[in-house]
Amino acid sequence: MNILVCIAKAPDTTTKIKFNAEANALDGNGVTWIVNPSDEWYALVKALELKEAAGQGKVSIITVGLSEDDSIIRKALAVGADEAFRINMSPDSAASVAAQIAAWMKGQSFDFILTGKETIDYNGSLMGGLLAAELDLPYIPMIEKLDVQSGIATMSRDIGGGTEEVQVQGPFVASATKGLAEQRIPNMRGIMAARTKPITVVEPQSIDSTVQYLDFTLPAEKGACKMIDPENMDELVRLLHSEAKAL
Amino acid sequence: MNVLVYIDLQLGKPRKNAAELLTYASKMADGGTVSALVLGPCSEDLTQLGDFGAQKVLHANAPELASFDGLTHGKLLAEAVQFSQSDVAIVAFDHSGRAVAPVAAAKLKAGLVAGAAGLPLGNSFPVKAFSGKALAKVKVLTSVWVVALTPNSIPSEKTAGTAALESWTPSSIPVSKIKVLATHKNASDIPLPEAERVVSGGRGLKGPENWGLVEDLAKELGAATACSRPVSDIGWRPHHEHVGQTGITIRPNLYIAAGISGAIQHLAGVNSSKTIVVINTDAEAPFFKAADYGVVGDAFEVLPKLTQAIKKFKAEQA
Ligand SMILES: Cc1cc2nc3c(=O)[nH]c(=O)nc-3n(C[C@H](O)[C@H](O)[C@H](O)COP(=O)(O)OP(=O)(O)OC[C@H]3O[C@@H](n4cnc5c(N)ncnc54)[C@H](O)[C@@H]3O)c2cc1C
Ligand SMILES: Nc1ncnc2c1ncn2[C@@H]1O[C@H](COP(=O)(O)O)[C@@H](O)[C@H]1O
Repeated sequence: MNILVCIAKAPDTTTKIKFNAEANALDGNGVTWIVNPSDEWYALVKALELKEAAGQGKVSIITVGLSEDDSIIRKALAVGADEAFRINMSPDSAASVAAQIAAWMKGQSFDFILTGKETIDYNGSLMGGLLAAELDLPYIPMIEKLDVQSGIATMSRDIGGGTEEVQVQGPFVASATKGLAEQRIPNMRGIMAARTKPITVVEPQSIDSTVQYLDFTLPAEKGACKMIDPENMDELVRLLHSEAKAL
Repeated sequence: MNVLVYIDLQLGKPRKNAAELLTYASKMADGGTVSALVLGPCSEDLTQLGDFGAQKVLHANAPELASFDGLTHGKLLAEAVQFSQSDVAIVAFDHSGRAVAPVAAAKLKAGLVAGAAGLPLGNSFPVKAFSGKALAKVKVLTSVWVVALTPNSIPSEKTAGTAALESWTPSSIPVSKIKVLATHKNASDIPLPEAERVVSGGRGLKGPENWGLVEDLAKELGAATACSRPVSDIGWRPHHEHVGQTGITIRPNLYIAAGISGAIQHLAGVNSSKTIVVINTDAEAPFFKAADYGVVGDAFEVLPKLTQAIKKFKAEQA
């Protein structure tokens, strides 16, 4: 079973978000980068579980990023991926990431492709769908369960207000959400092994951007919190109605 | 400009968010035509979509469209954009929209705005970024646009218009490779991302047996229920209730958090809520800094009192 997992980097979840002077990009100073949580915890670990259960196959990871992202790639290799590919450009939108990965996929063969549910920085949750569209493959977003038996994948996915069980034969793209697998902390052996696993650098194609991030602003600070006496919930209800217009 | 709205069906009826999407489309169209696209058999009178600004409804009611497939629906949305000569396609930034929008955008070679949080200024849209910690401006560089609108971004407005219903036959219906085996509905009726009010509980509630307190208040408010990550990790509550940076992001009108400390990862998923009420025994809990109204007190006492106060308020209003 050969599985491709798409890995993005993301600022550590405790990062205080700041922007550069032009306000058009994150100020990377002092930011610790991590593997985007749903890519690592759910998509990658599930791919490893399936490979282990099958007793054969390979888990490959791909990221669109620059050489500074190799540390993130090593982390994913330490968790257990077998080999890595990096398309050598700074990702500027989900659409260009998808177009680059799709272009690279020509000539590659995988049973299926997993992405995370969304990156925690831009939160587009669109890359998987865009990639599926480029490759003309079925796309199953937000899967919580995945089982593969003789080439048929059975999945359960979150459909907002419920779940749906679906079956797909042949290659597909799915995005992984909570429940699919449990985070694996890499052990010493994994970390050592990751040092010698191959990272293949691929040069990007020239593809036009369709959207552009102009600038970023931080939300206005909240005013002071109004404290309400715990014995006086009528007062809270009154304020929610007349002041906040929330009732 | 001409705008086409993708209307998602749930159990054969347009989802409640159709009103918001059509209102948004009408404002964007600014005199242009607003059309709605409905795919699959539908048990409701679709001319009612005119109430929120649709002038035309394209309805493809082939039975094979009843089960949802992002690839099929996305391709048909792209075809409908061309058929209706629309400049913009609007979908909800929800579970279905996230699967439909990218396909339509890829087929149309259109710029895709993910998670628009309001109306555009020219061709640049406000969108949420960094898990709600920031707002970005995104410019679309193509002539046709696909816009996925974050739920609860603008209030829906009724209009006096009527919609003309047109049955529409797409050139071909791509055969879905996805076979739907079963669909299960969650116990609560209101999907969390669409809920206007949310009551949420954290580890401070001590155990799943105490969730009645959260549910009673939610029921009285017509709210959905949510929880912090550890609560769903230990299995007190289902995964789909987990809100935050690694859970789902919500922006209801009212968010009530009981027994939640307000860690930065939790706040990331809820801090766009219009009004936040925090109930916590610890006056130093970080959540109070992000709250509009705070109650320092024991959730086990405060929640029932608040539920009673809401009951009383509703009785007075009636
Ligand atoms: C990578 C990463 C991602 C994460 N993503 C998320 C996420 O998406 N969502 C999320 O929620 N968390 C997330 N977390 C976890 C987050 O950091 C916090 O640990 C978590 O939000 C704390 O949950 P809590 O507030 O329920 O519990 P606690 O931190 O244990 O807080 C319980 C609170 O309840 C109060 N309390 C106790 N008893 C009572 C009572 N009787 N009445 C009222 N109040 C009471 C306490 O004063 C305390 O403030 C993430 C963490 C990491 C590292
Ligand atoms: N630069 C990237 N390289 C590889 N995969 C990515 C990249 N960005 C996003 N992805 C994948 O696409 C998923 C959704 O990303 P997004 O559309 O940005 O929310 C992520 O969880 C990753 O699996």
